[in-house]
Amino acid sequence: MSESNETTVGVPGDTRLEHLQISKPEARWRKLPIVRDLRIAVGWQKAMLVVGLVITAFFVLVAIFAPLIAPYGYAQIKSADGVAFPTQAPPSREHIWGTTVGGFDVFSRTVWGARTAVIAIVVAVLLSIFAGVFLGLVSGYFGGWVDRVLVVVADAVYSFPSLLLAILMAIMISGGQSSLWGGILASGISITVVYIPQYFRTIRAEVIRIKDSAYVESAKVVGASTWRIMTKHLLKNSTRTLPVILTLNSSEAILTLAGLGFLGFGIEPTAAAEWGYDLNRSVADVTAGIWWTAVFPGLAIVLIVLGITLIGESLNDLADPRLRARKSAGEVVGSIEDTSVDPTERPNSDEPVVEEFMTSQDPQIAVVSRDVPDESRGVINDD
Amino acid sequence: MSSTTDAGAAPTGAKAGGAHRNRLSAGFFRFIIGRFLLIIPTVFILVTIVFFVMRATGDPISAAMGGRLTPDELQRRVHEAGYDRPLIVQYGEYLGGILRGDLGTTLTDNQPVISVLTRYGAATLELAVLALIVALVIGIGFGRLAAKYRDRATDAGVRFFAILCYATPVFFLGLVLKLVFSVGLGILPSSGRSSLQSEMQFSRLVSPTGLYIVDALQLGDIRVLGDVLMHAVLPALALGLLTAGVFIRLVRTNVISTYNTGYIEAARSRGVSEKRLMSKHAWRPALIPIITVMGMQIALLLAGAVLTETTFEWKGLGFMLSNYLKARDFVAVQGIVILIAIIVSVVNFIVDVISALIDPRVRY
Repeated sequence: MSESNETTVGVPGDTRLEHLQISKPEARWRKLPIVRDLRIAVGWQKAMLVVGLVITAFFVLVAIFAPLIAPYGYAQIKSADGVAFPTQAPPSREHIWGTTVGGFDVFSRTVWGARTAVIAIVVAVLLSIFAGVFLGLVSGYFGGWVDRVLVVVADAVYSFPSLLLAILMAIMISGGQSSLWGGILASGISITVVYIPQYFRTIRAEVIRIKDSAYVESAKVVGASTWRIMTKHLLKNSTRTLPVILTLNSSEAILTLAGLGFLGFGIEPTAAAEWGYDLNRSVADVTAGIWWTAVFPGLAIVLIVLGITLIGESLNDLADPRLRARKSAGEVVGSIEDTSVDPTERPNSDEPVVEEFMTSQDPQIAVVSRDVPDESRGVINDD
Repeated sequence: MSSTTDAGAAPTGAKAGGAHRNRLSAGFFRFIIGRFLLIIPTVFILVTIVFFVMRATGDPISAAMGGRLTPDELQRRVHEAGYDRPLIVQYGEYLGGILRGDLGTTLTDNQPVISVLTRYGAATLELAVLALIVALVIGIGFGRLAAKYRDRATDAGVRFFAILCYATPVFFLGLVLKLVFSVGLGILPSSGRSSLQSEMQFSRLVSPTGLYIVDALQLGDIRVLGDVLMHAVLPALALGLLTAGVFIRLVRTNVISTYNTGYIEAARSRGVSEKRLMSKHAWRPALIPIITVMGMQIALLLAGAVLTETTFEWKGLGFMLSNYLKARDFVAVQGIVILIAIIVSVVNFIVDVISALIDPRVRY
């Protein structure tokens, strides 16, 4: 119902809603996923979202201003006057988080690592969205044997451990390790291949659900081109679940990148700072009681994934009326009678349930097994 | 077949009536066959992808021995092994080999791939089972707790813990556990599957299973068993907590959504106690999606096993896979990947059958 303020909202048999028109259209930015969710969130759910946003913003800022924050370069092992850094030195004034076995400054590498992580996320997510959404649209709309083949392939790729797939891709693309952009691109593409099926499945399921609805039929009757139907009618209406998947996938992308680095299939240390690689080097340190080389890059991974996951979780909960925090005890959550009269609560309340994307790796099966009160709430389309 | 179906259905779908049961066996049989046949394309696709991806980087011998042989020698060995023939011919031959159950011999240490799989597979199986136990205990316990105290501090705390479990890379968690328990407190060993003495004890066994816990029981030596268990605690905890994060969320969401249904409300109004509501009324229906998704976590668990085994030098399939990948031993990698693909597909098959048994609507 988020976009429903532009036109009328209708549920058969419910006359109250037919008068529900909002006089002034809302500003466009207020309808953006996170902004909108910030407005409808309450209580600790809002706190979760805000904390997630703050952490993520922090890392983005660190990534942008890494050259200003980090005292040394990520591959620097000598100070400006040519003196080599000590190796495995405990935290001190010169090296506030100590140095690694290779003589790198832990603090600098952790800061620079944020940049690598953010770039990798952006590359991975953008690529997989474009590929996955396109394939999902085509597959869902046209059906036929292309659809069947794509589904089987996507399912096969999807069921396979993503990290292993990413390793295989990384080896194929870069032969194991490579330069800065080569390495980031290789990791990004490896991660992409793994996540395309997720976008593909989500978009395809939505497209199949929507394509038989009346407004698509009427668009066809009116003579709209296939392209127009796909972009205007299907794409716009099937992207509602994307913000959730996008955030959750970003966090998985970081973990995959770190996993690649940890196993030694990531980015070369001289090409860019990468937390997974640093952790790989610190395995031996830990047994010797050297904690600083492991703890700081590790905490960085935990924090950034935590931040992004908190956002994703909140978006997921807010999209699902059954999970949205209740404003007061006794309020029936998710029924249209309650949510529609309250303008702050109204947007979003018909969001199709994002079937706990995180937890249910296979939304389709999880959906079937539960009674989702979709029909009773009415499906509202804006075209 | 229909009799086994009924036997399987009895404990899970006890509420199904006799008439329903009859309908179940006919359509169900077809569903199982159809679903089982789906395993074949899944494994086939993955085998194909892996084969061509690996070959895209060159032939196995050049990749594995590249720097160590003269070009002529390399050429000769490549030719001997038949790696200079057209890719499609090699692919056909490889598929033929798989069908005969022959996965080839590893390039680096010249062992039959099958024996590598059985030897190291046992170690991974042991780790996975232990981790699953940890994940189930924590996941179900905390998940139900969070659902019960929904939207309250307990819930928030548990959910935060779940997200933290998920957000912590398993290798970092492993390192932290090592720092605390083996370096800091010095109470648990930091790596390996057992101490040297235990390994020597195991070599006396006539038929070792490779599952050290079982082997230790075979020996009947309480010290060996204790040693093996001590070694298993940290890896199982690390891998288990990773999976537990997903389980907690899963259990919580599903219990909450069954709590919202009418029959729970009805039961509550009849005066059924809250405790009984949770354990009898809400829990069983919530189990369906939980089982489904848990089965799917096998992929996460296996990927996690690669990282956990590397962190703790737990010599299982994941540890070996990582080593073989580094040595570019493609034959070994392909063998391990095929095994993983089969495991994942079979588990998914079983999960689908179970959810179909519990919920007839799943039968698409």
